[in-house]
Amino acid sequence: MTGEKTTEPLWWGLFSAGGVVAAFLVPIQIIIFGFALPLGWISDSGMLYRNWLVKIYLFVLIALPLYHWAHRFYFALNDMKLGLPRKPLAALCYGGAVVVTVVTLWVLSSL
Amino acid sequence: MAEPTITLNITRYRPGQDRAPTTQSYAVPYKEDWVVLDALNHIKDQIDGTLSYRWSCRMGVCGSCGMMVNGTPKLTCAAFLRDYYPGEIRVEPLVNFPIIRDLVIDMSDFLDKLKSVKPWIIRKEEKPVSQGEYLQSPAQLEAFHQFTQCINCMLCYAACPVYGLEPKFLGPAAIALGYRYNMDSRDQGQEQRAVIGNHDGIWDCTFVGECSVVCPKDVDPAAAIQRSKVDTTKTWFQSILMPWGQR
Amino acid sequence: MSGTRPDPSKLYHREVPATWWLKKKSYFFFMLRELSSVFIAIFLLVYLYQIYQLTQGPEAYVAFSRRLSSPGWILFNLIALLFALYHSITWFQSSAIVLPLRVGERELPRNLFVALNVVALVVISLIILVLFLTLKG
Repeated sequence: MTGEKTTEPLWWGLFSAGGVVAAFLVPIQIIIFGFALPLGWISDSGMLYRNWLVKIYLFVLIALPLYHWAHRFYFALNDMKLGLPRKPLAALCYGGAVVVTVVTLWVLSSL
Repeated sequence: MAEPTITLNITRYRPGQDRAPTTQSYAVPYKEDWVVLDALNHIKDQIDGTLSYRWSCRMGVCGSCGMMVNGTPKLTCAAFLRDYYPGEIRVEPLVNFPIIRDLVIDMSDFLDKLKSVKPWIIRKEEKPVSQGEYLQSPAQLEAFHQFTQCINCMLCYAACPVYGLEPKFLGPAAIALGYRYNMDSRDQGQEQRAVIGNHDGIWDCTFVGECSVVCPKDVDPAAAIQRSKVDTTKTWFQSILMPWGQR
Repeated sequence: MSGTRPDPSKLYHREVPATWWLKKKSYFFFMLRELSSVFIAIFLLVYLYQIYQLTQGPEAYVAFSRRLSSPGWILFNLIALLFALYHSITWFQSSAIVLPLRVGERELPRNLFVALNVVALVVISLIILVLFLTLKG
């Protein structure tokens, strides 16, 4: 269905996947790690992070919503008419998401 | 006892004479069953014959009388004075379109875009009349019926901030029209409507959703656009992950 | 009708101001929805940093968690949670439009679709919470 060569479907696909992950998994994550743990309602030894299933879950939880942010933020900045140059902005946003993906892989694999 | 009146503040612009649009106020008799179009016709007939605007059926099926009423794109034949009275009503030409004169906008870009999606049944091979009609079940009709209801009133283009910011955007009505034909079981021309999947096609849309909110015929162009994104993305991933299937 | 076009030199073009999204309620909430992704991203980056602290030893991990109890961070996380929930609700509303669920012949009403997704969100959140509390050690 595409006339010109475009990679938009890739970024939109990642944006959608990230949106689903964020919608279902982020609220409880904030409740646990943004409130329960810091305020001492619960304790956490960190043992759970060694489990490879948990690592996969965390990779999905962190990486995909970053692509969601990249796509949405890039379009929002364009919509706000700030006059920012498009190509460097796209590189920063989508590139940033890729960098975070790599860093997440690295952090999780060093646990 | 004076008859109640309502004030309309209307955009005036004379091409070649005015440098910029101005606003002119008119006091119009307030009648409970009048719509904004009735008020405009009263002004034209009784007060100021120089006011220019488009209208036709006055019953919400021709799509001619779209204008901004207090900042919202509306069919003026469907905007009742009683919903604004006693406040004043601001009538402006549809935004995101160049003004030709007063409330009349240039719709050339819109017409070009409608044409670009090839809004007709495209067959790989035409079926001769002797072979009979195309058969279409109620369920097949249901799949695209709501998208046939567009009256080309352009309210959706006035409501869409993306179209305002990026004039190259194909826009809600044109994409919904292309989707209508892609979803029609008689049509085989999806590949020829590639303009929909281009960068200034569906991908400019950020799903603000206002197009569907203002549509007077419940076409829901936002749905057509997002569903096109899903279909295009599925096809794209399939062609990347399973290229052999595409021959 | 030869399809003549209006004289372009006499057309008046109205420019869209950069503040367009502040002028209408629906546009403002649209932009808020888009910006919710920023707060979600920041929260996840902070969380990633917290996980990184674990590679520096369990005391570093606990110490960082304690830093997040400051009023500034609690306020940020509260705002992030509100934005995350706003994202969830608007995402479910969008999904209802994008992927209509067919039950037999009819399409599921959009409000019901959203309600079902909210229920799923609550159930999934509870499952994650219970799993975390029982397995964390």
